[in-house]
Amino acid sequence: MTAVSYTVKDFKSEVKPVWCPGCGDYAVLSSITKAFADLGLEPHNTSVVSGIGCSSRIPAYTNTYGFHSIHGRALAVGAGLKLGRPDLTVLVAGGDGDGFSIGGNHFIHACRRNVDMTYVVMDNRVYGMTKGQPSPTTEPDWDASAMAPAGGTGMTPFNPLSIALAAGANFVARGFAGDPNGTAALIADAIRHPGFSFVAVMSPCITFREEQRDWKSIVHPATYEPTTDASQAARNLTTDDGFNIGVLYRGNRKPFGKEKKASASISNLEAEFAV
Amino acid sequence: MTTSSGSGSVSIALCGSGGAGVMTAANMLVDAAAEAGIYALFGRSSGPQIRGGEAAALLRMAPEPITSVDDTYQILLAVDWQNVNRFAAELPLNKESIIITDPTAGEVPEAISKSGARIVELPMKDLAKEIPGGRPNMIALGAVAALIDFPVGPLTEILGKSLKKKRADAYEASVAAVKKGAEAAKSLGPCRKLGKAKAGGGKRWTISGNHAAGLGAIRGGIKFCAAYPITPATETLEYLSKALPKIGGVFVQAEDELASVNMCIGASYGGEPSITATAGPGLALMTEGLGLSVASETPVVVLDVQRGGPSTGIPTKSEQSDLNIAVYGLHGDAPHLVVAPSSIGDCLFTAQWGVHLAEALQSPCIILSEQSLGQSRAIIDEPADIAFVGKRVTAQTPAEGEVFKRYAITNSGVSPMPIPGTPGCQYTADGLEHAESGTPSSQESDHSKQLDKRMRKLTTHDYGAHWANIEGEGDIAVITWGSSTGAALEGVERARADGVNAKLISLRLIYPTRPEQMAAALKGVKKVLVVEQSHLGQFNRYLRGEYDLPAKPELINRAGPLPIRPGEVHARLLSMGK
Repeated sequence: MTAVSYTVKDFKSEVKPVWCPGCGDYAVLSSITKAFADLGLEPHNTSVVSGIGCSSRIPAYTNTYGFHSIHGRALAVGAGLKLGRPDLTVLVAGGDGDGFSIGGNHFIHACRRNVDMTYVVMDNRVYGMTKGQPSPTTEPDWDASAMAPAGGTGMTPFNPLSIALAAGANFVARGFAGDPNGTAALIADAIRHPGFSFVAVMSPCITFREEQRDWKSIVHPATYEPTTDASQAARNLTTDDGFNIGVLYRGNRKPFGKEKKASASISNLEAEFAV
Repeated sequence: MTTSSGSGSVSIALCGSGGAGVMTAANMLVDAAAEAGIYALFGRSSGPQIRGGEAAALLRMAPEPITSVDDTYQILLAVDWQNVNRFAAELPLNKESIIITDPTAGEVPEAISKSGARIVELPMKDLAKEIPGGRPNMIALGAVAALIDFPVGPLTEILGKSLKKKRADAYEASVAAVKKGAEAAKSLGPCRKLGKAKAGGGKRWTISGNHAAGLGAIRGGIKFCAAYPITPATETLEYLSKALPKIGGVFVQAEDELASVNMCIGASYGGEPSITATAGPGLALMTEGLGLSVASETPVVVLDVQRGGPSTGIPTKSEQSDLNIAVYGLHGDAPHLVVAPSSIGDCLFTAQWGVHLAEALQSPCIILSEQSLGQSRAIIDEPADIAFVGKRVTAQTPAEGEVFKRYAITNSGVSPMPIPGTPGCQYTADGLEHAESGTPSSQESDHSKQLDKRMRKLTTHDYGAHWANIEGEGDIAVITWGSSTGAALEGVERARADGVNAKLISLRLIYPTRPEQMAAALKGVKKVLVVEQSHLGQFNRYLRGEYDLPAKPELINRAGPLPIRPGEVHARLLSMGK
């Protein structure tokens, strides 16, 4: 059998995205499919799982096995799939509202469970699909929303990377949609890394957060080297400017789950109950 | 189904506070019954404490298979009376009953003594002191066994099996205590005797409903379970956590019920038949995921071991009050499967069948068990080896030029479902309404076609005779489900002995409905009695809403935890038969 190699195009579907022109998610879709192709994966042995939201539409735009599930539950669906089918490559994708608000508990437990899968969050600091409400990562003073109180929510934004680290994620990186090749490399690195790998991608929503157009002039390569030291990583993540791009933490925890191996038959199980 | 409505059945309640050893004594008696060729049903009742506190072992033994508790207990033995008032209502006695109390335990509580049962004293604690290492619970065991003429050989054998390995002196002390208890029982007066074991019985099992459901699920092909601990479903989870890895499956404890059902859906999408087990509050959280299972046509099985509700309700006690949420709890038009076991042994059959149906029909299947089935142990005839194993219609790589459509409209309504890894069949499973290809669609035509298909696959499936257990003939029909079936059946048999003929219809397939089969079953029936353990009468409302019944039913319904008793059904049938 000759090995078939697949190109980026092989990983993209014919379905036209619902995203607005200029949405950062187009680039992230390209980064994900490029990472798959660069890693030499096969579309039929790869799976993209998501929840609900603009970015969560992504499975339909890939030509892999996909699951567009329920708002907030993508990581649970993805973990079940990976634990049931360890042979597949599982990538979970979604947005900041999906992952950090309604799915916040699953996010924390996915980090600590450390199932060998990759989580790509397209963070635009707003609920786009419902037309512009503050999300967990929205700045406290943002109030250009029909639903936000005047002067903003006043709430401290969720810091997904330091929470991921504190909860036990095995790989933490930050990417930017405006740098698709760099993001593709981060995602490929994350997929290769054993255990739960988290890639937060700053993905501008220029429809509801036009000011995010400025991100491209603010982001910069990480000012520090990726570390395997969690306490150093914690200091970095809580003190940096939030615009550092790159791998920020690389852990060495053992992934969750044991090799599946049958040691008994159903008759053996039945025998336990026989009088 | 057979019952123990004949003579020879004895019911015994053993009470004592934590550490008194009444559960140990009851377990030994049940094990000895198994050894002796006797059938037994063993439930328990306790207060809300996590460990210790007052508890009652509730036993019924008979020479024939037992599916129901009896109307009263012939013997209530208490090593002490601490807090027994908390469940006195669950210990019905009458004038023929015997209350055995320890003189040091103080006055028999009014809630118990008002039954008019004969009160006798047995100095269990003092007698135990006469034996080095002797324990009052073993005196109690010996006394009860002697009172009902329980065969001595099997009891001694069980003492040996359970104690000898640990400590020879404990074994000898227990044998001596049992003997002493038996001697002391001679002065306690007459008592109903246990019937003699029937010769030539087949192989038998001793199993709880929660274990039976777990094993049934595995027999049906389950390979994956994600779950969150909850009373009274935990024993199924404990069982699966050990059993699944043995057969090459996976068990994972999830962070909550939202995660458990969605993990199951993920694993099932991957081709691994999946189950989760929970109780009412967990089922409420899972309804969102079950909707996803319906829309994406990803099979998943949910075992709901019902307990008193609503909200946290009464976690340790039984009720049949999750029927509404199981049938109607999903948003949107979301037909799915709901099945219910009617006995401890049937937990195995129904769980296995439920897995088979979920897989065949690519649907969620809710199995409505109950605390009284799940957490009770019974001696049953070895369950038949039924052929139901979950088998999906899978899709294969399409021929050159053909495009795979995951949600293709088919006559059966079931569309081939590929297992990830199959080249050329990549699709996106979706909770969004979709076209046949799986691509999201908000068009009316796709919506109505997919709704039709998802309903058709369930309503046109051939469920065979398993949709209900139907027993007997008569112009009265008793329609029931779940654990109430046992009491209803015994009530029907007693009424028959009194010349009133009724037919029992116990539904195993709750949803979808089987209107034609029900019409056939109700042919010639003039009166209907519905029996259920729900304050609201959920089953009665469901039947009246979904089925054409020959007349407005009479109803025996009650909230948990008090079980429906055969005598109630018997009495109502006699009055209906007049």
